[in-house]
Amino acid sequence: MANRIEEIEFPEAAARASQAAAGMAAQTPQPPSEDDLQDFQGEKMVLNMGPSHPSTHGVLRLVLELDGEIISRATPDIGYLHRGDEKIAENMTYTQFIPYTDRLDYLAPLANNVAYTLAVEKLMDIEKLLTPRCQYIRVICCELARISAHLLGVGCFAMDVGALTVFLHTFTEREKIYNLCESLTGARFTTSYTRIGGLSRDLPDGWTEQCRQFLREVVVNLKEVEELLTRNRIWVDRTRDVGVLPREVAIDYGLTGPNLRGSGVDYDVRKAHPYLVYDQLKFDVPLGSVGDCYDRYLVRMEEMRQSVRIVHQCLDQLPGGPINIPDGKTVLPPKKKVLTSMEELIHQFILVTQGVNAPPGEVYHSAENPKGELGFYINSKGGGTPHRLKIRAPSFVNLSVLPHLLPGHMISDVPAILGSFDFVMGECDR
Amino acid sequence: MPPQELAQKLQTQFGALIIALPEFREETTVSVADPERIADVCAFAKESLGCNFLLDITSVDDYGTEPRWTIVYELYGLGHHCRLRIKTQVNEESSELPTVSSIWRTADWHEREIYDLMGIRFRGHPDLRRIIMWEGYPYFPLRKDFPLVGKPTELPEVAFTRAAPLQGGPFVTSAGGKNTIEREPRARITEK
Repeated sequence: MANRIEEIEFPEAAARASQAAAGMAAQTPQPPSEDDLQDFQGEKMVLNMGPSHPSTHGVLRLVLELDGEIISRATPDIGYLHRGDEKIAENMTYTQFIPYTDRLDYLAPLANNVAYTLAVEKLMDIEKLLTPRCQYIRVICCELARISAHLLGVGCFAMDVGALTVFLHTFTEREKIYNLCESLTGARFTTSYTRIGGLSRDLPDGWTEQCRQFLREVVVNLKEVEELLTRNRIWVDRTRDVGVLPREVAIDYGLTGPNLRGSGVDYDVRKAHPYLVYDQLKFDVPLGSVGDCYDRYLVRMEEMRQSVRIVHQCLDQLPGGPINIPDGKTVLPPKKKVLTSMEELIHQFILVTQGVNAPPGEVYHSAENPKGELGFYINSKGGGTPHRLKIRAPSFVNLSVLPHLLPGHMISDVPAILGSFDFVMGECDR
Repeated sequence: MPPQELAQKLQTQFGALIIALPEFREETTVSVADPERIADVCAFAKESLGCNFLLDITSVDDYGTEPRWTIVYELYGLGHHCRLRIKTQVNEESSELPTVSSIWRTADWHEREIYDLMGIRFRGHPDLRRIIMWEGYPYFPLRKDFPLVGKPTELPEVAFTRAAPLQGGPFVTSAGGKNTIEREPRARITEK
């Protein structure tokens, strides 16, 4: 191949000579003008980051306008994972929508299940009738989901800025949470655990002991992660004073969750509007001081420890008794009775075909999820299906600050900032 | 400051413009009679009532009644920890109301989403583009008259959607139909 000579067409020599002469006459060489140089220096380049970039955690697309290595404009493009969850919700019963909530923040499906059923229960005004055991188990679920989501958040954040070891440590622990989920709900990811007015099943035998064992192990693991990162010079250089969100900006953009608390705003739905039994549990809400990526990391680490503390308290105080509201018109009756008793058979039939009978009205209920405040606005005209169900997705709102935050940063800071935001596109795009 | 007090202060400031709706599940809701004044009401709520946090904006489609659209604002105050819901109704003919994105910047994306999925325009919005569907998508899918199975669309060489018949659910059938199509009309494409 090396010997092959490519045939290149040359214009005739005379023609070339005349072209060259004309060219010389037309443009005598001149030093570059001021305008030319300015254009060269300030030249903008548009870079598409995503929708399938490792640090975009799914399908976020960022259109970055770059001046050299500095971002001058950032336009997030979302919607690649849009499935029309809100439209789907209008066309099915409240109970049928529970599996769809698994797929919102798919890193914390248990917390989504709980938040959604609480919203429906608020609409039906049965929130206060929930049995104590059900409430405690739900809190355990929420906090395990938080630990799981934060472990992934911190692990991926560290991996994006080059510390792969942390990712391996946190994922080892996450596997144990999935094992707990599996024995609790029968599924590792898509749990669909809660039901309106209760839970799909009680804790299996020996589950609490497995859970305690996990809590003992995760604390050791968190300490290791902390030792790997918190005083790691490279980690600190990559995250400190990067992506600084002042308090006012975070409030103005409606940020919630660890991203808001990283900026030092003391707002946690579990404290401000306690649901379930959070008002009977002792835990602290960690706050950041500067609002940079490092603060958001520290807040997540501490939140995991607080979650461990909450789960310990719940396991200690876990009451006995039933897990479901004793109301056949809300919760499916036990199968044994359905097959033997007329009334329970009717209840089963009505609940499966028409759903629970919710009154007309509108409610907004929010829960403190790992990513922030997950709210459900339900507008009901009565009956078993919502007229409108809006999901206030924390990731959607958190991402809306990017066009404000990214300009001025180096392009290599983008993975750090995105990692520190810990968003999930399943929830953002719905 | 309880949320009822916030509603009362809005009423004393704006008079007949604000209609207090009955409380439901301990949530306070007020309605703004004229959608053109919504930005004034929101600005007052932020500046004087301490509602510095906008949680959410939602739109509701009451298809078949007029006014067709209801826009729902969920306000929150980080100082007093109270939620206040403000609603306003917009008729289908105008389908337009002033933006509140200059009051809370978080409203930017919420309003874009409402424009994208329901086709309600926000006057004065800095960048009212589609946000979830792609640019040039011809429909507003969250409207009640948009079929659940979807409508076929094409973005040449980039994207397409096809109607997706529902297989096996959801089971909200209308009883008494002679055949499956009549009993489960949403499982078929109703219009082209």
